[in-house]
Amino acid sequence: MRIKPTLENYIFILPAVLIFSIFYIIPFIWVFQLGFYEWDGILPTKVFVGLGNFKDIIFNDPHWWRSLHNAGYITLIALTFQNAIAFLLAWACDREIRLKNFYRLIFFIPPILSELVVGMVWGFIIRDNPQGAGLANRFLLALGFPELVRSWLSDKNTVLTTVALIHSWKGFGWGFLIFLAGLQTIPRELYEAARVDGANAWQSFRKVTIPLMVPVMILVAILTVLGAMQAFVLIIGLVGGEFAGYASVPVLRILASMRYSSMFGYACAQGITFGFILIIISFIQYRFSKRARQV
Amino acid sequence: MKSTIYYKTKKVTLNLLIHLFLISVAVSCLFPLIWMVLASLKTQEMIFKGGVVPKTFHFENYYLAWVKGGFGRYFLNSIFYTVSVVAGIVIVSSLAAYAFSRFRFWGRNLFFIMFLAAMMIPIPGSFVALYVLLNKLHLRNTPIGYILCMINVGLSTSIFLLKTFFDKMPTELEDAARIDGCSKFGMWWHVALPLSKPVLAVVVVFNALNVWNEYILALIIFDSKQFMPLQVALQTFQGEFVTNYPLLMAGLTLTALPIIIVYLFMQKYIIKGVMQGAIVG
Repeated sequence: MRIKPTLENYIFILPAVLIFSIFYIIPFIWVFQLGFYEWDGILPTKVFVGLGNFKDIIFNDPHWWRSLHNAGYITLIALTFQNAIAFLLAWACDREIRLKNFYRLIFFIPPILSELVVGMVWGFIIRDNPQGAGLANRFLLALGFPELVRSWLSDKNTVLTTVALIHSWKGFGWGFLIFLAGLQTIPRELYEAARVDGANAWQSFRKVTIPLMVPVMILVAILTVLGAMQAFVLIIGLVGGEFAGYASVPVLRILASMRYSSMFGYACAQGITFGFILIIISFIQYRFSKRARQV
Repeated sequence: MKSTIYYKTKKVTLNLLIHLFLISVAVSCLFPLIWMVLASLKTQEMIFKGGVVPKTFHFENYYLAWVKGGFGRYFLNSIFYTVSVVAGIVIVSSLAAYAFSRFRFWGRNLFFIMFLAAMMIPIPGSFVALYVLLNKLHLRNTPIGYILCMINVGLSTSIFLLKTFFDKMPTELEDAARIDGCSKFGMWWHVALPLSKPVLAVVVVFNALNVWNEYILALIIFDSKQFMPLQVALQTFQGEFVTNYPLLMAGLTLTALPIIIVYLFMQKYIIKGVMQGAIVG
């Protein structure tokens, strides 16, 4: 009589635990194991190399460092440019204004599209004939800037910025919605009070809006960093394939190690390294946000 | 004293500038999509030479993309995966969330924390190990392998959302059902699930979007074109021949349009679902 109800409880969680164990926990453990081996993914024999893979990643893999630098650059643009645009848009929409709902509707279309579709469409729009319609250059010519014309997605000087800007195009709708929700929680009376005290628009923006929005800004910053560091499908769509060259990012390096070099152990070691970097970044942001909240 | 006309002009100018800013961003959001749809109705030549709006619309591109380009198959594959994964997630995660919320048993907190931890810890290389695992289980290049992987992807967030909802739900109805002799499964199916429709909508929308847009797992799992969902097929299509761009654009439209249409009709749920899912995860 007592065993049956207990058993029943476990039957409820059994499917979830089973799927989770097989498809999350086992791969999780394997990533850590394989990181210490050299293995091509096919042969039954694996060679134990200890920390060899990690040593190679840190000391002998300029592509890896380059990809980390690239992810950092995309993240920086997302943090500054993308979030500034998002905040300005939210601020512009946080008032009695016509078409407010229309703007909200439109701004969230890019975020719901798949990264691959966005990358492929933008890539085709930007690339020159015959790989694309070359609209970016046609536009520049029409405006009378022939000296600015270049192949934006294959020029090593411009590809990363182009990627970062399109990433911002796809992502700003997130920040916009979260900022707008935050702005709308600020009581109108505070603005009233500031105005009565003689504050102009800029002063009430600086002294009322900004301080009250700090927690929201931190939340957006955390989401932006974690998203931008791991973005890679957009780059596949834009630049094509895992060999993104000058626009490669860590996850693309992992994919390339696995699929093109058949270095499964090395790919896992790269995954562990990058995972640690992400955890450290989250931890720093968490500490930072805690301190900011106390102030 | 400045005149009221001065203030009025200032206000109107400010409003005008704000609208100009908002509209230009809105146009930039829509432009690539409109361009994509227009390009899907052109011939290859018209894409490269002609103006933005074609003189004649070539709707046959969609027929060609659907039949000859194979996008019909991929489209149905995507629908199939989305429906199966979402159904799987709803059942599996609501069962678990219900137990976590209502029953007392050994290991309850431990298991729940395990799911929570999975939401927090990023493992960027996990697809490498998943590839190895699916090979061992002979599930690689099979729809069921992909479906199970994708159920796992959505599990943690869904369990968390559902448990939070169940925790706040009053238990009176379930107590009444129990007194009437309803079993635990009966209470889950007949009482808890119907009452949790608002949160289920969020779970469904969040996961459906995730599956429809998923790329990386489909890429490493499927070799055979017959199993591929749209996202991977699009890229294969581009890589394969001298690309037929109008057909590719038709394929891209077929991939993006269902999402946009569903979004326009269910905006509230989608925004709620995506936001909650993202902030929780």
